[in-house]
Amino acid sequence: MKYAYYPGCSAHSTARDMHESAVAVAEALGIDLVEPEGWTCCGATAAHQTDRVLAASLPAANLLKVQEMGLDMIANCAACYNRMKTANHEVSNNPAMRKLVSEAVGKDYDGTVKVRHIIEVLLEDIGIDNVKSALKRSLKSLQVACYYGCLLVRPHEVTNFDDPENPTSLDKLVTAMGGISLDWPHKVECCGGGLSLTRTDIVINLTDSIVGMAKAAGAQCIAVSCPMCQINLDLRQQDIEKQSQIRHNIPILYVTQLLGLCLDISSDKLGLNKLMVSPASVIEKIEVHANG
Amino acid sequence: MRKRMTITIKKRGKEVEGLIRRVEEISGVDLDVCYQCKKCTSGCPVAKLTKSPPSEIMRRLHLGIGDELLNSDIIWACVSCETCSARCPMGIEVASVMDALRILAVEKKAEKQEGNMPLLNRAFLSTVRLFGRTYDIAMIAAYKIGTLKLMNDTEKFPTMLKKRKIALLPPTGADRKTTRRIFKKTKQNKANKA
Repeated sequence: MKYAYYPGCSAHSTARDMHESAVAVAEALGIDLVEPEGWTCCGATAAHQTDRVLAASLPAANLLKVQEMGLDMIANCAACYNRMKTANHEVSNNPAMRKLVSEAVGKDYDGTVKVRHIIEVLLEDIGIDNVKSALKRSLKSLQVACYYGCLLVRPHEVTNFDDPENPTSLDKLVTAMGGISLDWPHKVECCGGGLSLTRTDIVINLTDSIVGMAKAAGAQCIAVSCPMCQINLDLRQQDIEKQSQIRHNIPILYVTQLLGLCLDISSDKLGLNKLMVSPASVIEKIEVHANG
Repeated sequence: MRKRMTITIKKRGKEVEGLIRRVEEISGVDLDVCYQCKKCTSGCPVAKLTKSPPSEIMRRLHLGIGDELLNSDIIWACVSCETCSARCPMGIEVASVMDALRILAVEKKAEKQEGNMPLLNRAFLSTVRLFGRTYDIAMIAAYKIGTLKLMNDTEKFPTMLKKRKIALLPPTGADRKTTRRIFKKTKQNKANKA
């Protein structure tokens, strides 16, 4: 199985762990990832807050590169995934926008490149049974709060990912790994996303409520798939502690890190040392699979 | 074409054109269908932290408000989580309305809001224009100098550098030619429109 893999800018900075664990898991499961040569930034929040044509053109330039490769694109960062799919939606449904985008990029783009998230590839292309049979270790009843955030599920008519109010893709993967996916109400609440630098107060407020709710539901760790969710939930726990003396101390792991551990991939290949809250309590729990 | 209801408001004896049509033009959204059910506000994670929740912004647009709306704190406190758009029973892209208001706020030089998001956006996009990808250190430095919030989060920097969660060197290997072209063309396009 071969895909064009768009790492996104955060893969080389704040979300190196997301990138490393996705690549390691893909290799272990026989998924072939090829980076489009010269890929560029999708524009993220800054572009869509600034100019609609710019916000569609920056992703379109990358989608065109992938179209030439004749492959589906895996965009693992939820923000890149969202921007790629929004660009597809814009050029497919708005002929005037398609024209403006093609003028900006220098080539006509029809909006047909399929954009996937690694979770979708694992569930739809590999299949949960095949993922399960590849596992060598088990999460051994680790209680996991699966957190999806905003950008994968909304707007639903654009991303078409799972159910927008009660998604279960991550839960299915965690259950397959032998963990207990918790029923909790904050699966698709917002962590504050791109406000981390500008309105840190808001991000602390929102992450406190999400991490606090996960803890109240009995979570021993939170599984995420978006780099902004990860850094906000992980990094801001120290600010929450400073502000309210509440020490949540919940490790925030990418689902690909959990999966990598269960595939018996070594910790250094999964970027586990990059987490702010130590994942030691999670690693301790993982044991050799009964069937393995 | 459907006939639209137009509200004009007289201020100090003068008729003032409201923002609503510009907002509709930029966002591509039909604002007339909002019937104030307030579902957007109910689901908004920042409504409780701001002075004007999204449903109020929608109503004030209906009532013909002008540029003073662009000073509302929610425009820059909005997290673009799209919960409002997802839950609107009339399918209004409320989040796109917020984007349109941001674009207008910058264009019309509205009051600076806490956090100065436009500065961060400019810093972000400048690194993309220069390197083809984001360069966090340069972006954060430009933003911190501009806001004089030099000490915020500095205690986290050593750990993040050690963990390589912030890259020291600028990104390489991106197709900068295409990115530059996109920035140039969108700028021209905007200038032609104005």
